Order: sequence, then C-alpha cells, then structure tokens
Amino acid sequence: MPPAALSVHLAIGQAYAWSVFKPPLESSLGLSGTQSALPFQLGIVMLGLSAAFGGTLVERNGPRWAMFVSMACFSSGFLLSALGVATGQYWLVVLGYGFVGGIGLGIGYISPVSTLIKWFPDRPGMATGIAIMGFGGGALIASPWSAQMLDSFGTGTGGIATTFVVHGVVYAVFMTMGVLLVRVPADGWAPKGWRPGEAATRRLVTTADVSARNAVRTPQFYLLWLVLCLNVTAGIGILEKAAPMIVDFFSGTATPVAAGAAAGFVALLSLANMAGRFGWSSTSDLIGRKNMYRVYLGVGALLYLAIALAGDNSKPLFIICALGILSFYGGGFATVPAYLKDLFGTYEVGAIHGRLLTAWSIAGVLGPLIINAIADGQEAAGRSGPALYTTSLYIMIGLLVVGFVANELIRPVHDKYHEQPRQEHVTGKGQAV
Amino acid sequence: MTGTTDSADTANRRTGLMVLAWAWVGVPFAYGVYQLLLKLAQLFSG
Repeated sequence: MPPAALSVHLAIGQAYAWSVFKPPLESSLGLSGTQSALPFQLGIVMLGLSAAFGGTLVERNGPRWAMFVSMACFSSGFLLSALGVATGQYWLVVLGYGFVGGIGLGIGYISPVSTLIKWFPDRPGMATGIAIMGFGGGALIASPWSAQMLDSFGTGTGGIATTFVVHGVVYAVFMTMGVLLVRVPADGWAPKGWRPGEAATRRLVTTADVSARNAVRTPQFYLLWLVLCLNVTAGIGILEKAAPMIVDFFSGTATPVAAGAAAGFVALLSLANMAGRFGWSSTSDLIGRKNMYRVYLGVGALLYLAIALAGDNSKPLFIICALGILSFYGGGFATVPAYLKDLFGTYEVGAIHGRLLTAWSIAGVLGPLIINAIADGQEAAGRSGPALYTTSLYIMIGLLVVGFVANELIRPVHDKYHEQPRQEHVTGKGQAV
Repeated sequence: MTGTTDSADTANRRTGLMVLAWAWVGVPFAYGVYQLLLKLAQLFSG
C-alpha cells in the first residue's frame, strides 16, 4: 500500500514545481508574472475545493476509483495545457492545468489517507507521513526533470507543448501503478497482535466512528482547522520567502549570503520539510498527537523568538531555527490525518481530512501575505537587514501561541456524534472474520 | 508437498512485486534527492 500511495503523491507533488514553466510561458506567449501564476493558483484552489467536496465520494467509491480519477484529471490537465500552448490559447492552459489538473490534485491528495490508516491502525502517523512526504518529494523530482526537458525540447511554444505531453503521458503511467496496487483491507482487519482497545488508552483516541457530516458540527473540527491553519501559516511564510530572507538578514554583516548559498538554504529547508513529514508524524505514534502539536506550535514559537532576538548575530542559529520551523510545518501536514483518526475514528476520515484541507488554502494566502506586506512596508520606510522581518516574526509567534491554545482546548468528541457501533469481530491474527 | 511449493511461489511473487513497487517510486525519489543535494552543496561553497 505505501508504494501505491507514493506513486500518486510523488506525481501530484509536481504542482510545487510549476515555477519552472513560468519564464518560458511568459516569453513565448507574452504573459505577465501574474498571468503565468494563474494555472498554479487555480490548481491549489481546486485542490482545496475538490478535497473538501469530493471527500465523501472518495470514501464511498474507494481509493482505486479516487486514484484513477486523480490520474485521469492530472494527466489530461497536462494534455489540455499542451493543446493550449500549441494553439496559443492560454485559457486552455489555465483550464487544463488549473481546473482539471487541480481536481486531480485534491482527489489524489486524500485518496490513500483513509486506506493507509485502515492498513496501519497501530502506526497511522507513520503511514500517512510516508504518503504526505511523497507530496513534498514530488517537486524535487519534477523541478530538475521538467527543466531538463525544456532544455531538450526548447522553450518556445512547440517545446513547452511537447514537455506538457510527455508529463501527461509519464504521470499517467506512473500513477497507474498506484491504481493497480491499491487494496482496501477486509472489514475488521488488524495487524498481528494489535488490539483496538489497547490503542485507545490515550484520552483523545476513540474506537468510535464519526461521519464527515457530524464531524463538521463538532468544536474539535474547528479547533483542529485553526491549529492546522496557523501552523501552516507560520511555516509557509518562511518557505515562500526563504531565499531573499536569508540574504536580507545578513546583508549588513561581514559575511553576507550569496545567491547560490541562498538557493542551497532553500534546498535544505525542503529537506527539513520532507524529513519532518515522516519523522515527526512517526514520532506522534509514540508520544500522541496532542503532544506532537504542542511541540510544533510551542517549540515553533520559541524558534521564531530565537530568530527575532538573535537578529544577524548568528547565521548557524538562524539556519537551525528555520530548519526546525520547516520540519514542524511538514510534520503538521502529515500528522493531521492521524489526529483526525484519533478524534473521529476511521469511518470517514478521508472525507473529514478533505474538509480540513480548506485551512491550507487560507494559510497559503495568509502566510506569504503577512511576510511580504510587512517586508515591503519596512523597506519603503528605509529599513534593512533583520528589521525587515522582525514584526512578521512576532506576528508568527502570536499566531503559533493562538494555535497552541486551540490545541489545548481539543477534548474527546461527545458520544452524541458517534455512529452506531458496527458488528465485526477481530481475531488479532491479522485476519477478518 | 504441492501446497508448500505453491505457497513458496506465492511468497516469492509477493516479494518480487514488493521490490518492483518500491523501486518504481524509490528510483525517481532518489533522483530528486540527489538533485537536491547538488543544490545543497552551494550553501557550503557559496
């Protein structure tokens, strides 16, 4: 099951490498930077919407159907975009990659979550961590691969169209492996020696089930929505502005950071983001989800404080703190499906996860907006160096503290939201009866 | 006897499929990480 999930997430993670196509699209079709960003922005909006509204369909029709729909939409999005570039109709690129491909992103993102949790009820954090790490890894593959293809085929309309066609075909083949391999465990399946009752010894872990419809009526859903939104806002702010931020921070010191070194810093942050998705999410299986988010939000706030207080005095401290923040950002994404499983059970966890991902859409706008707007304002006021970012850093600390409080307020879901218990019997030998 | 051979064959096929499936996703992922490490080197040289 993990390779099946990875084949989908590694493919749709390509979305974060869209920037590779921006300069050639701008020069060949005469577009502005804002216009060339449209397919990506619409894609992310569609990711949130299709995950939120398609979650119940995914639960009803199963992961194979969802992975097939994701593959069909994501690949045909590229093919439509190729047609758009070849004929000079840019609206087709926006419709293809943004709208159709974006549906593939959302359905693909949530497609393996609930199945992974059902296969690994003893280690749900590790299982979803592997898949969601794949989404981070997708851009690592696509970015150099797409750039090499544009070098080979050319950056004119013909070259871009050919590159899009190759992407569509290769991703269709790559994702088909996931469609063919994915399997849902039999009802009542459990790993050898694992008993659901023992796992529920932690206060927040339930063995009951809550439907997606009921989940959105609980305060726990909105508290967790806030936790995810604020954790992502804090991380994405640094991620989006990492390269100029480290250059600006140390511009007034004896050892300024060169552009090449800043690119290396961005790469290091990507690695921390990916490692956090797997490492912290797996750790949450041992220490519990609530404690893990205490670390993300509480220690995250302290790391931001350390950056704000140290200013440009220590480059290693800046890098270490940024790495910690980005690892918590990735960990927050990867741990949330397991947190939902703890609170609402496995019944419709994929659909609930889909609805929660609207927090990502909001945070994706909020984080960069705060950092960019304040940095621009400070620059206009004649400030430079760490002063460009100090206010943003304190705002991020405030947001993380609010998130920490929201996490503290999360309590077990009231019995009135639980579904009627299902009739099943588990042998404890990895077999369903 | 035949049953033992059949179950051994099934186990071998399953292991082969597992290796293929992990290689399918592992090789592109390793390529991505390798490219990332090349960029990372610039942090220490630049």
